[in-house]
Amino acid sequence: MEDKIKEIQFAGFGGQGIVLASYLLGQALTIFEKINTSMTQSYGPEARGGACSSGIVIADRPDEMVSYPKVTEPDVLVCMSQEAYSKYIKTLKKGGILIYDSDLVTPEENNDVEKYPIPATRKAEEIGNKLVANCIMLGALQRITNVCSMDALKESIKNGVKKDYVDINLKALEVGKELAEQVLKAGVKR
Amino acid sequence: MAGKILTGIHYMLGDHACAEGAIAAGCRFFAGYPITPATEVAEWMSRRLPKFGGVYIQMEDELASMAAIIGASCGGMKSMTSTSGPGMSLMMENLGLAVMLEVPCVVVNVQRGAPSTGLPTLVGQGDVMQAKWGSHGDYEIIAYAPASCQEMFDLTIEAFNMAEKYRTPVVILSDEAVGHLREKVVIPEEKAISLIERKKPDVPPEEYLAYKPNGDLVPPMAIAGEGYFVHMTGLTHDERGYPVITGEAHEKLVRRLLDKIQKNKHDIIKYEEIETDDADILIVSYGITARSSLKAVQILRKEGIKAGLLRLITVWPFPYEKIEELSRKVSKIVVAEINSGQVRGEVLKAIKSDLPVIGVHKLGGDLITPYEIIKKIKEE
Repeated sequence: MEDKIKEIQFAGFGGQGIVLASYLLGQALTIFEKINTSMTQSYGPEARGGACSSGIVIADRPDEMVSYPKVTEPDVLVCMSQEAYSKYIKTLKKGGILIYDSDLVTPEENNDVEKYPIPATRKAEEIGNKLVANCIMLGALQRITNVCSMDALKESIKNGVKKDYVDINLKALEVGKELAEQVLKAGVKR
Repeated sequence: MAGKILTGIHYMLGDHACAEGAIAAGCRFFAGYPITPATEVAEWMSRRLPKFGGVYIQMEDELASMAAIIGASCGGMKSMTSTSGPGMSLMMENLGLAVMLEVPCVVVNVQRGAPSTGLPTLVGQGDVMQAKWGSHGDYEIIAYAPASCQEMFDLTIEAFNMAEKYRTPVVILSDEAVGHLREKVVIPEEKAISLIERKKPDVPPEEYLAYKPNGDLVPPMAIAGEGYFVHMTGLTHDERGYPVITGEAHEKLVRRLLDKIQKNKHDIIKYEEIETDDADILIVSYGITARSSLKAVQILRKEGIKAGLLRLITVWPFPYEKIEELSRKVSKIVVAEINSGQVRGEVLKAIKSDLPVIGVHKLGGDLITPYEIIKKIKEE
């Protein structure tokens, strides 16, 4: 699976850092791994609380421009609200990867997808700021898919978030990786 | 001032790349009124311009914004505004003034779903004809349709160069999807960017005629405050710039204004041809929809169908000759655009046969997908 990931969709509600997570991954890939990507985003008029999503499309060849830049059939769906889950689960590729905040999303049974429950928001609160739930998801995504190296993500965080928040986001990345590790050990559910 | 352009590789928003391109082109004056999806252009200018000793003004509306950039350019500054459809409509009157006064400036229109306030946050490509015909009277315009974040940077520089070279307003006809896209943008070193500056008078003030071309169709432009007397009016004027209300003077002036673009169109028109050499089906597209079309060509080629793409980089002046030439080699033309058929109409004007010209159109809100283009090609 890991070689073939071409499209990643992040979805949740405004204020969860959905667009930032997507930006950090896109930047990590494009600038630090030198693999071209395109990032699109969509959100409603509200600053917080409205439906929000963002997608990354990875180029077929690293130096090639992505032709059609919008996610159509994601290989990976990172989901942080039930509403976003209902909207995007239909688009997830058969056999695709679902990474979801297990306190905020209850997925249906019997989907033909790999499910990774990650209690991102709860763990983020535990380490001191629920705003870093997005980077916990990124850490989990990294461990599960290996789509991007941990180093590139760390560089992207150092480059892409405010100075005072770099450390806690880096910590969140490790926490996410650890949570994914636990899910993998326990056995992935479909 | 200490400002330096952001030489390097960035993961940049299209709107930001456009604004940084303007700064790299030497733009030091921005007047605008924020509007989705062009706000990020203004935001970037408001943060960056002061570092270069430039001026950012948030105006009371778009009429004033357009007027202000004309004034600033007459004062010798390279100037720009950015807006979307509703603001573009308000700028139309003064866009015509900039054409008539021959004032270099750049107007960015990040298109959204329209008419009226339409779809503020969603994509559209419905302002193609407005750019050419939206202000009253006969005029020519130069308009670029960037298809990537890199082009938002590169073509904004090109827009300033053409504005200066031909003393004309130039439109960047972007769209919400490219404006809000993030991609790699490579910004070269400042000295590697070639800039064109407007011609200055080569005669002393007492011999200078503000609207007398010297050698070509473009009159040298004296800057306010440099000792030259300049009279500017939107009324039909003679070489001194004084009003002359006769058909003869009008014919002479307006003909020259049209000719300075039309007779230089080979210098201005830009397009990209992808797999057109042996193409049987030609897709014509621009802006974000050219990306859908590119993907459609890639998929069709894998299936053994000989498709090619003519991507318009300038939509105005329109490449009628190129399309006519390609039309003789293909069995059908497909035009993909997020409007009801604005460029398709121009393609029909260009071709001299009864070749089928099929439109793939959406009215705004969503991108046209590659699969929608392919489906249309296969069913017709």
